[in-house]
Amino acid sequence: MKIEHNKNFTVGAVITCFMLAVILVGMFWTPYDPNAMDGAAKRLAPCLAHPLGTDNFGRDILSRVIEGAGATFLIAAATVAIGLAAGLVIGGLTGWYGGWLDECLMRLNDAVAAFPSILLALVLIALMEPGRSSVILALGVLFVPSFARIVRAEVARQKSLDYVASARLMGAGDVRILLLHILPNIVPVLLPSVAIGFNNAVLAEASMSYLGVGVQPPDASLGRMLNEAQGYLMSAPWYALSAGAAIILLILGFGLLSEGLGGDAGA
Amino acid sequence: MLEIKDLHVRFLSTGKEAVRGVDLAIGPGQRMGLVGESGSGKTVTAMALSGLIERWNVDMSGQVLFEGRDLLTCSREQLRRVQGKDIGVVFQEPMTSLNPLMKVGRQVEEVLKIHTQASPAERRRLALEAMAQVGLPEPEVTYEKYPHQLSGGQRQRAVIASAMVIHPKLLICDEPTTALDVTVQAQILELLRSVSRDYGVAILLISHDLRVVRKLCESVAVMYKGRIVEHGDTEEVFAHPQDEYTRRLIAAIPKRTRHE
Ligand SMILES: Nc1ncnc2c1ncn2[C@@H]1O[C@H](COP(=O)(O)OP(=O)(O)OP(=O)(O)O)[C@@H](O)[C@H]1O
Ligand SMILES: [Mg+2]
Repeated sequence: MKIEHNKNFTVGAVITCFMLAVILVGMFWTPYDPNAMDGAAKRLAPCLAHPLGTDNFGRDILSRVIEGAGATFLIAAATVAIGLAAGLVIGGLTGWYGGWLDECLMRLNDAVAAFPSILLALVLIALMEPGRSSVILALGVLFVPSFARIVRAEVARQKSLDYVASARLMGAGDVRILLLHILPNIVPVLLPSVAIGFNNAVLAEASMSYLGVGVQPPDASLGRMLNEAQGYLMSAPWYALSAGAAIILLILGFGLLSEGLGGDAGA
Repeated sequence: MLEIKDLHVRFLSTGKEAVRGVDLAIGPGQRMGLVGESGSGKTVTAMALSGLIERWNVDMSGQVLFEGRDLLTCSREQLRRVQGKDIGVVFQEPMTSLNPLMKVGRQVEEVLKIHTQASPAERRRLALEAMAQVGLPEPEVTYEKYPHQLSGGQRQRAVIASAMVIHPKLLICDEPTTALDVTVQAQILELLRSVSRDYGVAILLISHDLRVVRKLCESVAVMYKGRIVEHGDTEEVFAHPQDEYTRRLIAAIPKRTRHE
């Protein structure tokens, strides 16, 4: 598979690589302990010691943004992984076998997709308890239908192609055909959806944590930080701005990547 | 070896009966042609023989006996054990019958992976051997290539290699040369002939072109509107066509090439 080097893709790749590098470094080192409070340094404006200022408890915002971006990224990635894995299984089965199995699973799919997603996520989280893993699970479930639908359509399309018929005529079993022959051929179509799904997951995590049902204090996540920052919009605008900028960078990078990939896959 | 008895195939979607009572028999090593105009039901017949038709899409009756087992009623497992191993199929479209993302050599090996216990090294050796036999240039190099890096003729050779590598008993070729230009066509026919001769593989060659069939097959069946209207020794049918439709088919061949 070759990726055409268009501008979107390049810029997206640069931004994404930058964010990934920051997140990776943040796992081992941040300028300050993200949770260390300093009563003498509350709501400091950006300065040399604290490039992005400090928050209401005197915690270093740069350190918290780095840590929060990491948390948000991991949650989004896990969410997409769940949605994609289940989507592959459901879409693969329905697209390949069709018939009543297809009817049942796709109606179930539609049912999940019919609920307003944030609302459904809130309900699901309420059934468990607020926190990181609940958010991942709830959002993951929400992401299944869209992936399932894409995979199903693509599998059904590939199924009618001659090379699949050839494989069947060689006596290849269903599992072998699906995993070895069809799966690699649908990856190019899936990649842009994965990138878009990741962005939606970042936004959804931010919303959940902003609403207070996501990552719990004192842990940092970008949505959690926005929630905390809203009280100080006037007195410490750098707090909200830093968290917001990090969200935008994450989304922008993957958005541009997916557009770069999408243009290529469509060609 | 293969015996078709009163095969009927009706599509449930359209209600059209594409095959309306076909009887055919092919013995080991025999080469038989199946000719007929477009839409006469040749491909549907081939698909029914090879088990490619989804059983719930059609209403089928009759029998397709392969070495005594009815392929129309046996279990999917039993069918799969015959597919590829005993019966190989080559399609019209060499452009699309290879997986675009899989190395050519791997696809030639595929059938060995499915049906044999051969080690990877052994598989590779057999694949290279088959690729050399079908006249693919530099098998070692071609093995590592992807389908889009091959010409149409080379792809069709690769497809034939992938069907041949396991030495099936019957090779069903549905218009294997239609998408290729004339010189390549002749080469592929020659290849099929040598494959059949060297390994005793029976061939069912489907074509709308009597000349193609005449070059390769010792017997021919003429299909018209879902039925076999004439059946016999190729030269005999050419010299003394019994059926009106066969006469028209022969008459349609340009004079210059009729007695080549
Ligand atoms: N999947 C299908 N559903 C419904 N009808 C079909 C289907 N496939 C084939 N048919 C019909 O069956 C008839 C026979 O088609 P078939 O493909 O066997 O013809 P053919 O002899 O192979 O022609 P050609 O030389 O063009 O390949 C046609 O009238 C066609 O419309
Ligand atoms: Mg046909």
